[in-house]
Amino acid sequence: MGLVDFFKKIEPDKKKSPYLHTTYDAFFTFLFTPNAVTKPGGVHMRDGMDLKRTMVHVVLAMQLCYVFGTYNIGHQHFAAMGQFTGIFEGFHLKLAHGLIQLLPIFIWTHIIGLGIEFFFAAKKGHAVEEGFLVSGALIPLIMPPDIPIWILCVSVAFAVIIGKEAFGGTGMNIWNIALLARVFVFFAYPTTIAGDEVWVSGFASLAEGSAVDYGWAHTGLFNSLFEMMGLATFDTAATVVDGYSGATPLALAYQGGWENVTEHFTVAQMFWGTIPGSIGETSKPFILIGAAILLVTGIASWRIMFSMFLGAASMAFVMNLWGATPFMEVPWMYQFYMGSFFFAMAFMATDPVTASGTNTGKWIYGFGIGVIGMIIRVLNPAYPEGWMLAILFLNTFAPLIDHYVLESNIKKRLARA
Amino acid sequence: MKSLTVRLTALLGCVLLSTEGFSQASTAASPNYLLWSLIVVGILILVAAIISLSDNLLQIEAEKHGVNTEEDDFGLFPSLSSMFGKTAPKYAGKGKYHKLSKGFDIKLVGASTGVTDHAGVTRFAVKPQNFNGMSPIPKVVVEAGDEVKAGDVIYFDKKVPNVQYVSPVSGEIVEVVRGAKRSIAEIVILADKENTYAQHETPNVETASREDLVNYMMASGAWSLLNQRPFDIVPAEDAIPKNIFISTFSSAPLAVDMSLIAKENITALQKAIDVLTKLTPGKVYLGLDAKVEDPKSSVFGSLTGAEKHWFAGKHPYGNVGVQIHHMAPIANGTTVWTLGVNEMVTLGHLFLSGEYKTPRYVAVTGAGVTKPVTVKTYQGANVGDLVANNLNEGNNRIIAGDVLTGQAVEASEYLNFKDSQVTVLSEGDYYELFGWLLPINPRPSISRTFPAFLMPNFEFEGDTNTHGESRAFVVSGQYESVLPMDIYPQYLMKAIMTGDFEKMEGLGINELSEEDVALCEFVCTSKQPLQSILRDGLDMMQEQL
Repeated sequence: MGLVDFFKKIEPDKKKSPYLHTTYDAFFTFLFTPNAVTKPGGVHMRDGMDLKRTMVHVVLAMQLCYVFGTYNIGHQHFAAMGQFTGIFEGFHLKLAHGLIQLLPIFIWTHIIGLGIEFFFAAKKGHAVEEGFLVSGALIPLIMPPDIPIWILCVSVAFAVIIGKEAFGGTGMNIWNIALLARVFVFFAYPTTIAGDEVWVSGFASLAEGSAVDYGWAHTGLFNSLFEMMGLATFDTAATVVDGYSGATPLALAYQGGWENVTEHFTVAQMFWGTIPGSIGETSKPFILIGAAILLVTGIASWRIMFSMFLGAASMAFVMNLWGATPFMEVPWMYQFYMGSFFFAMAFMATDPVTASGTNTGKWIYGFGIGVIGMIIRVLNPAYPEGWMLAILFLNTFAPLIDHYVLESNIKKRLARA
Repeated sequence: MKSLTVRLTALLGCVLLSTEGFSQASTAASPNYLLWSLIVVGILILVAAIISLSDNLLQIEAEKHGVNTEEDDFGLFPSLSSMFGKTAPKYAGKGKYHKLSKGFDIKLVGASTGVTDHAGVTRFAVKPQNFNGMSPIPKVVVEAGDEVKAGDVIYFDKKVPNVQYVSPVSGEIVEVVRGAKRSIAEIVILADKENTYAQHETPNVETASREDLVNYMMASGAWSLLNQRPFDIVPAEDAIPKNIFISTFSSAPLAVDMSLIAKENITALQKAIDVLTKLTPGKVYLGLDAKVEDPKSSVFGSLTGAEKHWFAGKHPYGNVGVQIHHMAPIANGTTVWTLGVNEMVTLGHLFLSGEYKTPRYVAVTGAGVTKPVTVKTYQGANVGDLVANNLNEGNNRIIAGDVLTGQAVEASEYLNFKDSQVTVLSEGDYYELFGWLLPINPRPSISRTFPAFLMPNFEFEGDTNTHGESRAFVVSGQYESVLPMDIYPQYLMKAIMTGDFEKMEGLGINELSEEDVALCEFVCTSKQPLQSILRDGLDMMQEQL
């Protein structure tokens, strides 16, 4: 094959320039599956599955979330101004605004994350591992659309260095990398990203009458492009409409229960995801399609997904019975319409490295996340969502769960003697 | 169990009494349905518990009086497993049919299509290093140029001089091949046209003592046919196995049909079972394939004296290690023996006629073979002779054994002691553009990300490409899905890597040998060498003894 010969010719010397060689190797193995054959002892034939293929299927499963997330950034932006309130109105403007917000987040996540990965791979002298393929795709989806880029970069660096490389790389980490980045933002910069304002982008402030905050990409690039095509353009004089809050359904539910939520959003809106929230987690049908892809291909564990749903549903039911606050009285099935439960279930809890490794352990692990996540969501006064903290909490305890599953296996074996 | 039920009912009653619901129910005109239904359920549970307790007592009493409670349905209630469990076919007794749901059959092209006689195999070899724990330089008692009969002693291990290793065929010793550090690699025999056999005086199996049988087996070469688990070694002279296990079929990809050899040697097989029952205080277990047509009257079904268990499922359900796990699992600190059908045949003939006979059917299979065929020959046949004029063009790998557990060999080399298969695959030393994302050639996989999972009967050519690079353990639950045993292979491997003996033993290393984890190694997304890791672990365990 001519292409292979060409790439082999430009291969940098491993000794002279290890960093360059690591980078080259990462891209070469991305392009070509290596010609390695099995050893003369051991199995002679290997399964067609490798880590790259596993990881890329997770990334493929979340593509619909990316598409919808991009559009919803724009939709929420215009909803704040009271313009184009129909979902398909101003399609091009919403998409353009979404891309302007999302692309820098996506690109910077990968520059920082992959940069650190490549550096450590070269330093340790092993190939670049595929772990960040998924983490890097997940991080933009769980960030608020209005997140400052520098905060994003710091959080990604923290997650990759402290969360992964310090433990020895892909497969060795204790906590989910993407959630570690998110939780870093949550705890380190509470004042910058707290409140209802972070869920809607494109404004300096969401106070009534404040003006839009458009940059060169809006006014220079897209406006001239849309003018040429004779389409509507970004209106630099637009302001936030009366009484707009930008609060998420969960924040509303915390303030005044289900009635308060339904005053602002319909159930259909919450289901389809045209509500404020983190970039990729609002649209339930698209997340569920991703979850279905993961389940059909067998890449994610159905045990974790199912038991997590079971845990959350039963805890929400218990909350209903208790009913001390308006939030507790939200009917248990409506809890699933709000917040990021499905996203956490499909893409976060099922991370095989940080979840329990035994099948029995997976049931306990998933159920634990469901129960604890719902408790945090409903009872935590500071922040009405719990999956991030619940998953990280159970990540910490997953080795302990496995330990006891293994102990019972060991005991069973000892009882034979 | 009963006391728990009673306590729960009592607790429930107390709780109900203390609630407002009860006082309401007693005062209000309309009864509280919830409360009463709970009480009714509680009473029902109590009655059921008492009945089930007496039922159990009845069974215990019956067992005391020697009634077989397993064979006949006993007691008032059918057990849960008989209500919802797999229904065992009639021919297998209760508890002797095992349907294993885990596993994977690698479907490959090149299954043997017929049988040919001999096919011009002229050279045979014995390889001392086929036996784990053998000294690198055993004492070879023959020299190049010597004439030997089948069953004549060739070599023995200086550490255990009583256990003899003998010639599979008669002929002339042509070469003693030495390997690394002057170790004995193989002793090559140019076979006679007609085998002549060294004649032994056979002891009477019925009347001879165990000691006589053992001495005869060690002197005649039969002892080397035995395999001791754990560790897969030739048993020590004074070893007494807890049980003896025989798997009568192989489920490995393209494996040879064991009923071919069994049909011709059925009396020898029966004799071997008679001998083995004398060697163990426990039982001789026979694992049979339930997937063959009419399992009851199959070749092996007619054998007596051994406890027969039927297995259905996917590979590795034919592995003796998997079968042991379901019949009588190995407890730590005990040893068992295993034999294959070929070894049974040789053992049986030694006691029938006093001759060391090693007939073998060797399946020559795989996509690299022009005409896949089963060759009738003897143990230790030359690989080049077996595949002569039968190889496809191209860069092939010849494997002595199957694709999962075999060993890559040159055409000039010989089959190992227990091999009865040659597989030829093409070498996969090619680069593949975006091979991880868009695979062009179909390849076997347990993953449903490949469209081939929709065609379960598709036969793959397969090659030796690794389809990816080696990584740390990432995916979980994968090994468990193809290993029908109550074992956590990934945690066992980690225990071996960290040298944690207690955990290795606890997690069941003594129940495994390389062939059992071979399929786990095949499916491994991280391309880890599980078989060699397990062997390291077994060696470490053996050193500890």
